Amino acid sequence: MAERLERLFTGFAWSAVLGLGAVLAGLMIFLVQRGLPSLGTALFFGSTPVAEGLMGRLPVWDGIWPACVGTFLLVVLASLIAIPLGVAGGVYLAVYASRRERRVYGFLVDLLAGMPSILMGLFGFALILLLRKTLLPSANTGLLLAAGCLSLLVLPYLIMTTQTALLGLPSALHLTGLSLGLTPWQNLSRVLLPAAGRGIMSGVILAVGRAAEDTAVILLTGVVANAGLPHSWTDRFEALPFTIYYLAAEHRSAAELDRGFGTALVLLGLTALLFLWAYGLQRTFARRWDRRVNLP
Amino acid sequence: MTVPDDHSLNLAWRRRSPRQVEGPFCREKVVRVMLAGAMLSAALGVAAILGFLAYFAWPLVAGGHLSQVFSWHWQPVRGQFGILPMLAGSLLLTLSAVLAAYPLAMGLCGFVHGAGRGPWVRPVLALIHFMTGIPTVVYGFVSVFVLVPRIRQWLGGTGYSWLAASLTLSLLILPTMVLLIHTQLRQTDSRVRLAAAALGLTPVQELLWVRLPQASQGLWAALILGWSRALGDTLIALMLSGNAPQVPQAVADSLRALTAHIALVVATDVGSAAYHSIFACGLILFAISAAVNLTLRRLQAPVAAPHHTHG
Repeated sequence: MAERLERLFTGFAWSAVLGLGAVLAGLMIFLVQRGLPSLGTALFFGSTPVAEGLMGRLPVWDGIWPACVGTFLLVVLASLIAIPLGVAGGVYLAVYASRRERRVYGFLVDLLAGMPSILMGLFGFALILLLRKTLLPSANTGLLLAAGCLSLLVLPYLIMTTQTALLGLPSALHLTGLSLGLTPWQNLSRVLLPAAGRGIMSGVILAVGRAAEDTAVILLTGVVANAGLPHSWTDRFEALPFTIYYLAAEHRSAAELDRGFGTALVLLGLTALLFLWAYGLQRTFARRWDRRVNLP
Repeated sequence: MTVPDDHSLNLAWRRRSPRQVEGPFCREKVVRVMLAGAMLSAALGVAAILGFLAYFAWPLVAGGHLSQVFSWHWQPVRGQFGILPMLAGSLLLTLSAVLAAYPLAMGLCGFVHGAGRGPWVRPVLALIHFMTGIPTVVYGFVSVFVLVPRIRQWLGGTGYSWLAASLTLSLLILPTMVLLIHTQLRQTDSRVRLAAAALGLTPVQELLWVRLPQASQGLWAALILGWSRALGDTLIALMLSGNAPQVPQAVADSLRALTAHIALVVATDVGSAAYHSIFACGLILFAISAAVNLTLRRLQAPVAAPHHTHG
């Protein structure tokens, strides 16, 4: 009986692997087959001359260039807010915080990490509702608001990876500098942070990828289908993931559908590259300092 | 891994010249205050989200409209703002997604920890890791053109259905579950493994009768965390479930999830009376994710390493 169960389990495990492999291979092949032919300058700029569209001198109506710029600006702004806060918070938790602080903050960070991303969007939307009622009757959703909400979304990832990277260093490294008379900050800036750099960097890259692919947050904070290039911090904007979402539901022609496949391929390529980069950094970090970090 | 506690750090403080370590504006204190401030502002972010949700949902309680929100009819034109169909939709969708993904996750972990052949294990793990990097919207997009037409063909209806959303969602939460179980299984005591090997157990026997029973905490944690990830996802439900505000009677029926409901109400602008109800949805989602978090802490399993999946 037990023997049969074991054989059954082995068979089941193999079929799970083969099944998943088939599904993912199918997904990739389908996407590449449909998306690859549309890759080209026409995908990005449509019928607008490349140089004119690139510089923003002429509007791009049937290309995804404005969405690329929108996503880029979103990611840069969100990173500017979230990376300093997240890395500093992670350093504080790993090195300075008392046991009690570590428990309380750790709980809040976990809570933020597990929160549905639509709640960050709803928070931004509520902020605008409140501003309209009180200080700024003309307040509206836009680039800066979306970036702020996205930074809330990626903050816990940054805090967690920074903390994990610092705690993953050998304890001898934590103690040697201090025993030689370095102050905590000297120890941190000269010894610990350089040693944990790769680990922290991998967290930063993952956070960037997460900010680039999220759709739920920007859906509620100002993304639209046809905004062109944003001209100010409070302008509505376009973004790559939203373009994919929009074209899946609202494509009116075969050409638009092809553009959807091309955009999906571009976004997938972008996040896959970021992901592989972060993964490589994590692996070298783990190999150097601690073989028990969770990697295959 | 031991970490220097405050005491050992303080030892170093006294050794430095007074200029650097004393006085209100010395570098050490300024750095400490700045770092603490960063952590505090992150924590305030959580508080702000909860505060805003509560502030905007409060008129429902104060105005006595609670029973109106907890009803089975969503017809904004007639002033009916019931969110119970969406709650039911979310639960049905996520539970079925977990039901599909969990056995698959067990099978994959079984492969990695015993049933698989050596050279195949690493590529499988790499594939699972890679899946965490695929944007949610890409899963949704491909499903719209691959899965939805098939379901339309086989089961009738529009194809945008409970089944389509639930299958895609199960793919989305799979890596979260696999990586959590995998982490737990890796932590099996090496002495236990040696003893099992010495008794002549094959890798599969060892996994089934020794290591999996030991890892029960991690198995529960994976189940709960996978479910909460599914519940928190917006895009898959929004793109694939059809979004009809009803309780589905069959797998080919349309449904609407809480998260998708929030997005739809904000997007379609049905009037500010409906806004209170979406903040009630938000509060429900917040409460569930807080409860999940507390449960995971109780289980003392390693809470989600920063692996992505909720879009």
